Amino acid sequence: MLEIKNLHAGIEGKEILKGLNLTVGTGEVHAIMGPNGSGKSTLANVLAGRPKYEVISGSVTFDGKNLLELPTEERAREGVFLAMQYPVEIPGVNNIYFLKAALNSIRKHRGEEELDAIEFLQLARQKMKLVDLDEAFMNRAVNEGFSGGEKKRNEIFQMAVLDPKLAILDETDSGLDIDALRIVAEGVNALRSEKHSVLVITHYQRLLTYLVPDFVHVLANGRIVKQGGKELALELEQKGYEWIEQEMAAAQ
Amino acid sequence: MTTTVVEQASQRFGQLGWPTPRLEDWKYTNLAPVASREWRVAPAILPADISAVTLRDRAVAEYVYVNGVYAPELSTPNPLFVMAPSTREQHYARYADYANHPMTAMNTANAQDGAFLQIDASVNGFIHVIHYSTDGYASNPRNLFVIARGAQAAIVETYAGTGTYFTNAVTELVAGEGAVVDHYKLECESIEAFHVATMQIHQERAAAVTTRAISLGGAIVRNELNVALTGEGASVVLEGLYVLTGRQHVDNHTVVDHARPHCESLELYKGILDESARGIFDGKIIVRPGAQKTVSRQTNNNLLLSETAIADSKPTLEIFNDDVKCNHGSTIGQLDEEAMFYLRSRGVGEAEARSMLVYAFASEIVDRMKVEAVREQVRRIMFRSLPNHLPERREKER
Repeated sequence: MLEIKNLHAGIEGKEILKGLNLTVGTGEVHAIMGPNGSGKSTLANVLAGRPKYEVISGSVTFDGKNLLELPTEERAREGVFLAMQYPVEIPGVNNIYFLKAALNSIRKHRGEEELDAIEFLQLARQKMKLVDLDEAFMNRAVNEGFSGGEKKRNEIFQMAVLDPKLAILDETDSGLDIDALRIVAEGVNALRSEKHSVLVITHYQRLLTYLVPDFVHVLANGRIVKQGGKELALELEQKGYEWIEQEMAAAQ
Repeated sequence: MTTTVVEQASQRFGQLGWPTPRLEDWKYTNLAPVASREWRVAPAILPADISAVTLRDRAVAEYVYVNGVYAPELSTPNPLFVMAPSTREQHYARYADYANHPMTAMNTANAQDGAFLQIDASVNGFIHVIHYSTDGYASNPRNLFVIARGAQAAIVETYAGTGTYFTNAVTELVAGEGAVVDHYKLECESIEAFHVATMQIHQERAAAVTTRAISLGGAIVRNELNVALTGEGASVVLEGLYVLTGRQHVDNHTVVDHARPHCESLELYKGILDESARGIFDGKIIVRPGAQKTVSRQTNNNLLLSETAIADSKPTLEIFNDDVKCNHGSTIGQLDEEAMFYLRSRGVGEAEARSMLVYAFASEIVDRMKVEAVREQVRRIMFRSLPNHLPERREKER
């Protein structure tokens, strides 16, 4: 589904990803772990097309399409969803109005009928239960006045409504208590199927207890330096990231 | 209106002449393109299509003026609001200063008809006054609203028209002791029109007035708003929204005069400026020596949607008293890039994302409007005036 080849990218003239290779198959859950500054968030932002991030070389193919050529909204319509690390507050834009517009843009792109207000509300109500969000959130402005945990649950709620082929979670676990973490993980697990892929970007192992990955990749200094199964995450948790860095130094 | 007032005003305009940008109060706006034209004055009622602006079915009364002349066949007056001659004598031209303000002098000297409404008891619903103009005409609409002690009223003024014309309106609003007034001025003139309007608000003890100036149309527009808080404990809310495109020029000039203690003025003006439009906020708050415990807030926020749009913002405080709580400030910014990215990352197209954020910026003013019919009217016209950025418009065209 997603194929990243020799990706070099950065921000403000600084190269952060230095030849990253990654393949995510349909239905797979991949975790990308790594120390701060290793390029985890850069990868997420480059995939979603955030302005200011520059791709220097390499390629990203999504469902056979050149993802890097597409504007942000086209990527979303093709089925890429980024759950952001810091969801922005947008006063004056109604949560539910915005999400309905988003879903209908995506449905239109897929050649599906747009949902009317009633159909959309039914869907939204059902998905809100999944992440334990109160219905009152629907009529508030996007993320305005939400707590950190509410913002992250709102991201997962949006993901559930938009039903992406590839969900990228950028440190969605950061700042969450154990209950919120479990809710977020359950929300993502509900999306798991042979048609959906997930890329979990995280610094810590704890989310992966609830959201068990098929593959774990370690990102350091802009490259994938180690790959393994779910047990690699536990190993990292026990030994820390220094172990990887030492191995890298020894290899050089 | 007595002959003497008309004569005096005429004489004063002869002495003052058209305002020029050399005057500090007119530094942002040059009326030379208006002064240099030949305008016709309506001899009688001309046919006018007011279907786009009428709220006849929802207002408790609607008064329509075409080129400054009352059009009874288009109006739905209400006998409740007829002004007694003594009331008119007591208030007419007592507040809007024709001795020192040239455009007020011009209006006072030349006004034909206007809405003179006396509201003695609370009105359930809103009163609508429409000043409609047609190509080639100049008019001097004149309104006087007197809201009696303890009464509550909502009054909406709409300015609209077709072609190139010149409107020079003056409105005097008197809020008696404890009166509660919700006032709207909806300027949706034709895009080629010239519009000058002076609003003079006089508030007695504990009167509460909210006035909203919405500017959507016009080539050159000047909104002058003067509020005199002459009774203790009076409060005023001044809100403005100007949504401009093309080469539109809108100058909002406001003065709030705190003359007595315990008065409050809360002012918020927001500008949305696209293409080569220019929006001006020039606001002054005066707190006089006797006005202890004054609370005053003055804010102007601007959203620039293009490289060539211009926002001028000049909030000013003149405080002659140290027992006050006053603050003022202004911002000029662009659309929030982070918010744009967020909306687009969910699949919302760029144009629609822009329009959502533009609308969100305006909604702080629009959503607070209490009269639903006006709120809907403003939304409808606003969507038309920024065709590239607002979704409703595109949906209609699809």
